[in-house]
Amino acid sequence: MSNLRILVATKRVVDYAVKIRVNAAGSAVETANVKHSMNPFDEIGTEQAIQIKEALAKAKTGTAEVIVVSCGPAKSQETLRTALAMGADRAIHVESDVELQPLAVAKLLKAVVEKEKPDMVILGKQAIDDDSNQTGQMLAGLLSWPQATFASKVELGDKSMTVTREVDGGVETIKTPLPAILTTDLRLNVPRYASLPNIMKAKKKPLEKIVASSLGVDIKPRLETLKIAEPAKRQGGKLVESVDDLVDKLKNEAKVL
Amino acid sequence: MFSAIRPRLASVVAKPAVLNAVRPRFFSQAAVARSNIASLHTLTEDEALLKETVARFAQDQVLPKVQQMDETEKLDKDVLKGLFEQGLMGIETDSKYDGSESSFMSAILTIEELAKVDPSISVICDVQNTLVNTLFRKYASEDIKEKYLPRLATDTVGCFCLSEAGSGSDAFALQTRAVKDGDNYILNGTKMWITNSGEAEIFLVFANVAPEKGYKGITCFVVDKSMGVKVNKKESKLGIRASSTCTLNFDDIVVPASNILGEVGKGYKYAIEILNEGRIGIAAQMLGLAQGAFDATMPYLFQRKQFGSLIGNFQGMQHQYAQVAMEIEAARLLTYNAARLKEQGKPFVKEAAMAKLYASQVAEKTASRCIEWAGGIGFTRDYPIEKFYRDCKIGAIYEGTSNIQLQTIAKILEKQYSS
Repeated sequence: MSNLRILVATKRVVDYAVKIRVNAAGSAVETANVKHSMNPFDEIGTEQAIQIKEALAKAKTGTAEVIVVSCGPAKSQETLRTALAMGADRAIHVESDVELQPLAVAKLLKAVVEKEKPDMVILGKQAIDDDSNQTGQMLAGLLSWPQATFASKVELGDKSMTVTREVDGGVETIKTPLPAILTTDLRLNVPRYASLPNIMKAKKKPLEKIVASSLGVDIKPRLETLKIAEPAKRQGGKLVESVDDLVDKLKNEAKVL
Repeated sequence: MFSAIRPRLASVVAKPAVLNAVRPRFFSQAAVARSNIASLHTLTEDEALLKETVARFAQDQVLPKVQQMDETEKLDKDVLKGLFEQGLMGIETDSKYDGSESSFMSAILTIEELAKVDPSISVICDVQNTLVNTLFRKYASEDIKEKYLPRLATDTVGCFCLSEAGSGSDAFALQTRAVKDGDNYILNGTKMWITNSGEAEIFLVFANVAPEKGYKGITCFVVDKSMGVKVNKKESKLGIRASSTCTLNFDDIVVPASNILGEVGKGYKYAIEILNEGRIGIAAQMLGLAQGAFDATMPYLFQRKQFGSLIGNFQGMQHQYAQVAMEIEAARLLTYNAARLKEQGKPFVKEAAMAKLYASQVAEKTASRCIEWAGGIGFTRDYPIEKFYRDCKIGAIYEGTSNIQLQTIAKILEKQYSS
């Protein structure tokens, strides 16, 4: 293959190490003044794309262009800059201040795909804020492309890819033609740090901004969050004297029988 | 470099007085809110991204090895390699010399973040950047820059050789001699207390070519290890044990005259000027040390219960940790402001001395308190806290003792207030 074009989708989320709190209104997780960073599975996706590019260059069998895209408010650009600093070639920011749910993101990405015509789209398997695990699959459906989700290993062939997936029953290996959708799982790779020289180089890389409404896509939210609450505080354990005592407690206190 | 700072902050450079920019329009929220002087907490996007990267690198690659490096008094090869790979050993060096072409503040942030995890690793990075690289960048000929800067940025450690057994604070009393011999100089002497010397291949040696001229004969030579430098006694130290501190011997070392850094007889000037900047680096190291000790200890205060309460809730403890947090913040502001003043090209010698002096004092107090707060655990080598206490003492000693810093500050005040 001559030039492989890889589109990587990234999302800016609350940093995984932050101790999240529910806001005063009980309507959402508190995100103001809270540390944000790139969704860890998207970091793995960006790393995978860069590794593919480096492997092609090393073997001299072709070249690759890594384009990162993020849909969201202005601050999403921070995430894109991180990806550029890791080694992506250029970035696209689809700007929207309206809440974007997975179906909306999938539709926006479809518009970007139709514009950029990539050979593969890499997404994280899920975002750590909503844990939806839907965008990659919905995008594949909208494009009628094959999908390989929860990837723990990827090998590129001639206009195809062989993917090892981690599924509930174990590990499954599938082969799909390109273009295709790939979603990353934890063990696919270990993302690199953005080294200082690359951070400085990233400043010169192109970052294109597209206003979401200009793509002519219906991005209205379909789901309404009714309530968010913290899980019940853990109580201390109790010692029971007998099995009858245990059954009684399970029936009447824990109410699970 | 300022192109990296968003336009909003450009007025930090241009207009010092906020009052001129904001005319009092009473009852106007906009007028009050529209101050365009940013707080010292403000970082450019690149600086913020770098700080984040170094913090992650320090946690992932340095932290697991800290205890082992301290106990064996040896720098881990992979940690050193990691510093080079991340571009942290040539932070301000131009990209045409394979450097990271970043700002002084970026170097300061790197030194601070590394020190939060291991002050030894932090000083290795500090000496390479603020002393060695900067001397080359400021005073070396183009040939010398091309020959040495790329090596220093990519894989070679350098060191700054000024102190001797008989000359520390009284640096100009150095005895190392350089005698002219045709196109070369013959170096003879001994340097002591040299940081990084165990791993270094490039040595910046201050020697006197004309003792009859006193300090005006001091000249800076770029010496390759292959010229015959002998690295002798490695000091066994109280703290920063992973950083090598050795005695160096020069026995009739032949150094080409073309390896003189800058001009003959100007070495004393270069040394003073570079140490003024290097001071801000040490301030950052001490600041990181204090913060690292504090961050390592505070969670424990909200885990340990005595007399039915978390010890962090006792008022005696609250008063102590509030005081320490305040002092760390003050040290941070002194350090960041000195760095920004230097970046702006404004006078910063007094502020740099204040930053180093205060940060080293805060580091000592913080580390000491942290051990007390953590009790028996704080006193045990199995936990990271006691190491910060051992590491902090050097802050009051190297790159200008605390008394020297006080002298520096006093002399500037004298000029300011006397007629």
